[in-house]
Amino acid sequence: MIELENVSYTYGDGELLSNVSVELQPGSFHFLTGPSGSGKTTLLKLCYGALLPTSGRLSAFDQDISTLDRDQMALLRRRVGVVHQNCQFLDHMTLAENVALPLMVSGRSESSEHGDLTELLSWVGLGTRLDARPPELSGGERQRAALARAVILSPDVVLADEPTGNVDWEMSQRLLRLLIELNRMGKTVLFATHDLSLIRAAKSQIQARVLRISQRKLQLAGADL
Amino acid sequence: MSKGDIRNLLSRDTRADRVVPPTGYTAHLTLFVSGAMAFLAVFALALSLASGRIADRWATELAGAATLRINAPTAQLAAQTEAALTVLRQTPGVASARALTGDEQAALLSPWFGPDLPLDTLPIPQLIEIVEGEPGLDAAGLRLRLGAEVPGAVLDDHSRWREPLVDAAMSLRRLGWVSILLIGGATAAMITLAANASLAANAQIIEVLRQVGARDRFIAGAFVRRFTYRALLGAAVGTLLGMTGVLLLPEASDAGGFLTGVGFQGGGWVLPALIPLLGAVVAFFATWTAARRKLKELS
Repeated sequence: MIELENVSYTYGDGELLSNVSVELQPGSFHFLTGPSGSGKTTLLKLCYGALLPTSGRLSAFDQDISTLDRDQMALLRRRVGVVHQNCQFLDHMTLAENVALPLMVSGRSESSEHGDLTELLSWVGLGTRLDARPPELSGGERQRAALARAVILSPDVVLADEPTGNVDWEMSQRLLRLLIELNRMGKTVLFATHDLSLIRAAKSQIQARVLRISQRKLQLAGADL
Repeated sequence: MSKGDIRNLLSRDTRADRVVPPTGYTAHLTLFVSGAMAFLAVFALALSLASGRIADRWATELAGAATLRINAPTAQLAAQTEAALTVLRQTPGVASARALTGDEQAALLSPWFGPDLPLDTLPIPQLIEIVEGEPGLDAAGLRLRLGAEVPGAVLDDHSRWREPLVDAAMSLRRLGWVSILLIGGATAAMITLAANASLAANAQIIEVLRQVGARDRFIAGAFVRRFTYRALLGAAVGTLLGMTGVLLLPEASDAGGFLTGVGFQGGGWVLPALIPLLGAVVAFFATWTAARRKLKELS
């Protein structure tokens, strides 16, 4: 589904990732861990085309990502839902509008999918906050809304970049459960976190692989959880 | 870009328009610039059309006429005038020729000497007005014959001062059109700057839109529509104000000479209506180009 073969990424004079190879199989669940600044976000950005590899080959859905034009890249991103640590909402729009943003940009009618939107927001526990503005939401609510936005187009892959970085343990557990639920629906999930306790907590709930970035290299952190 | 693309870009898309928040600074700048430029364009257009009319009129009126002046002692003036008229009647290309009356000559001189000039006491040459016909006047041949038969006759076919006047009027017309082109270019430059500022101010929104799968066309469309409609509105107001200004200019009159009558005439009043449309077209392409460039930079 998404495959990196000897991918390196250099910014300026510094190499941030070196010869990374990994394949995200359909329906798999991967944790990506490593200390802050190790390159987790860079790896995720490479996976959805926000950055292009300096060398190596990265293919997504059987397409070499470096050969895609901007329109093709946009279509690719509709198949990859992304949850950022800082959520990236548009503050002048309501929560419902923010979550429906992928519908808007893909030309699908929000009104015809209003039922689905409400259902989705209820699924993440925000069914009563449709008209709230992003600044009115708590950290946990924002993360859950970001997750709802990431999956509204029913993407094949969900990339979560430290979604639990700014929330308490309880909310981290809740977000993890939502991602596990998505994986059980058949979605491929790549969950970047530096919180090893969260990974351990997932052990009993999901068959996942743990990838660790250390010194610009990607390693399998151990046996499957 | 196909017609369909242009139609799609201009079709009201409330969803896309809602995504990009309106920014007061660029909105006011676009409205003001397009309004001011349209106002100036109306005057440039009026000047150009008026210059064209003057050039055509001078070319037509003066090209078909010539003047014969008889300089002779008072005693011989009548005889030489009659001889000149006889020559003219026999000359091919002369449709008619007639000697001006004393009153007509006085009327010609009165703007310079006043109405009370005692013409009968002055040695005023006799003027003969010649109207050209087919196949056209052979001025050189006529001069030769007049030189032999009417020694005091001097033929003026107006070419000496007609051509510079027509050239001046034509230059003025060209200047008007060049001004309109410059106004269009300046509008495009200003709107490009405003669009760039707006795109830069919304870089974060563009990043979010890209991340959720927006194509460049969707993102650019939101900016293109906004700037095009703003330019259309600003230019419409500027054009109305400009046309009001032109309407208040003095009417064409003999007393005012060519300095009056600069306004529009007849169907010419329809032409300024094209200015807002042209402003919108300029804004459309300026914003589209700026957006494509900026989006490429941001990718």
